[in-house]
Amino acid sequence: MGFAAACAVACAAQDLRVPQSAVAGEIATISTTGSGNATFYLIGPGVSRKTDVTLGQEVPLAAQDLRNAGEYLAIVCSGTCSSANFYVSAAKPSSITFLVHPSRVPVGQENVVSGVAFPFDQHHNLVLTTQNVSFQLTAKDASLWSHPVQTQNGVAWFRTSSGKSAGPVQVVSALGDLTSRRVLQQVASDPCNLRITGQRTKAGILVQTDPVHDCAGNVVSDGTIVTFTATGAQGTGTVDAPIKQGIARAQIDAPGAAAISVASGVVMGNEIHVGAQP
Amino acid sequence: MKYAVPVILVAVTAALMVLGLFVTAQSGITVGVTKGSALHTARADSPDQALNNLLGDVQRRNWDRAFADVSTTSGTNEPGFIQDWMGSNGSLRSFSSLEGFDSRPLHITNDEAQMRVSLHFSTPVGPLEDVRDIHLIREGEVWKALWPKEEISSVPAQVIPVNYLRWDLVTGGAEDEWGSKNVDAPHVRIISMNAVDSAEGAVVMGEVTNEDTVPAFVTVNATLVDAAGNPIDEESSFDKIAHVLLPKQVTPYRIDFPTLSLKNVKNVRMDVKASLVPASADPVIGVMDQRIESDAQGKSILHGDLLNQSGQTVNIPHVIASFYDNDGKVVWVSDGYVDRALLPQSSEAFAVEIPRTVSGKVHSFHVVVNQFSLGKS
Repeated sequence: MGFAAACAVACAAQDLRVPQSAVAGEIATISTTGSGNATFYLIGPGVSRKTDVTLGQEVPLAAQDLRNAGEYLAIVCSGTCSSANFYVSAAKPSSITFLVHPSRVPVGQENVVSGVAFPFDQHHNLVLTTQNVSFQLTAKDASLWSHPVQTQNGVAWFRTSSGKSAGPVQVVSALGDLTSRRVLQQVASDPCNLRITGQRTKAGILVQTDPVHDCAGNVVSDGTIVTFTATGAQGTGTVDAPIKQGIARAQIDAPGAAAISVASGVVMGNEIHVGAQP
Repeated sequence: MKYAVPVILVAVTAALMVLGLFVTAQSGITVGVTKGSALHTARADSPDQALNNLLGDVQRRNWDRAFADVSTTSGTNEPGFIQDWMGSNGSLRSFSSLEGFDSRPLHITNDEAQMRVSLHFSTPVGPLEDVRDIHLIREGEVWKALWPKEEISSVPAQVIPVNYLRWDLVTGGAEDEWGSKNVDAPHVRIISMNAVDSAEGAVVMGEVTNEDTVPAFVTVNATLVDAAGNPIDEESSFDKIAHVLLPKQVTPYRIDFPTLSLKNVKNVRMDVKASLVPASADPVIGVMDQRIESDAQGKSILHGDLLNQSGQTVNIPHVIASFYDNDGKVVWVSDGYVDRALLPQSSEAFAVEIPRTVSGKVHSFHVVVNQFSLGKS
């Protein structure tokens, strides 16, 4: 750039005519005036080239030289130098990069799902011109939500609430024929109305939950820990048991009468009383 | 004359060596607290000496000679005696060594004695202390220890179906499209925090829960901040936490700041970090017969039994307990390792100590079991 500033003062002998609307990855030409041999310089994002040219003829710019969108500087020197700037725009979108956050979300939460889409051309230049992007959420082939958005400075985004049913949700961003899919896992929320039943067996007390659901009726994820606590004359016994197929079970070794309570995370359930071993 | 000085030096050295042996042997018969390790004397003519001989040989892993100090009426055999000291099934005792011991008599008569011995082990998880009461009897002119036969859980041969969940991780490669394989870190939350001054320094403790539907590897850090907003010290929960939390599981944590006092602390900055981790919902370990009792020294001890409800050996069980006051506030967090492996369908006793300063406030408690198994991270 220092060289360009110097040229602005000293290099006025030749004239350059640069393209008004160059597109990334497409060939272009630069016209020159004058006669005789000269040296041509092209400086731009990711490119720096020097070639010998003949003044008065057009200087071809290869598609390879203009792969990256951005500001370019062309300089011609023959005794004195002259220069001109031109801008190379991104080509038409050829891919769309799509980010969705979070990847897992509890059901029934307000404004927790967000997505951002970036259109890029085939040379990975961000397309800054306004584009129409459509966002769509689908679950089990049913459309839950859709929203058209125009990109601003190469970005389109949305924010929405999670649904009421647990399960995978496909989030699609579409721009013309281009689509990008992400999967968002909607999971059950905290257990609701946690209830247990228990009975004495030869090995102790077998206690189990009713099917564990959240308040929207979704089955709470398998593997979720349910803590059973038995309190009796012998002391306290606790078992952290994982939910399996919607139900958590535990065997508690308590020969005497015991009061058994249940909790999962910060959610408490009911308490039952089981009599002593006969 | 030129030989006089060397001769005197040799004579004095020899005299001191003999005196040293004599003094050490004498210390064995003093009644009171004795410290290991004493030199072995062939003839144990006192309970102290018999115990010192036995434990000294255990320290040196001279099993034949150590077992010779055990009465034949004990009912144990040498392999069982060795296993008692060396551990088995990859237990913590297997990786430990006896560094020293203190003993004191509880009562002594002409023919029998009861000695309380504090055994100091060095282990991969730090020094551990085990207190045992050892009964000794006089057999002729020699005192010997009555060594109880170690009760090894006997589980009948059986097939235990394991059908609990397991979570594996698949990570994307560098060539994957940007954003195509983003999986969020688990969502965990600190549900309580309490900072207190203790005899060893400032302590920050509380509980943290995994609110997500996938397992989490959790670490909790705390930074003490002074009135000017400058950090004084930063520490992590290290092993005073169950690092792998299954969905909705709650673990206590404790962060120690040795030699620091809270009087200069204006604020405590908490930081909980969680990452995805492969995990299994097996084994399930029940904590039975939990009760707080006072031991012979008046200390409050939380006792209980760990019951392995699965078919997998847990090599090193680790118990972490949070203690609550009447308002449900966490007033202390204690932990302890069990030095015997927890075999399938078997139970092992555990005990963790409650400091005297908080034992009066304890209203309830919650115990979680951390487990380390060989071959698993």
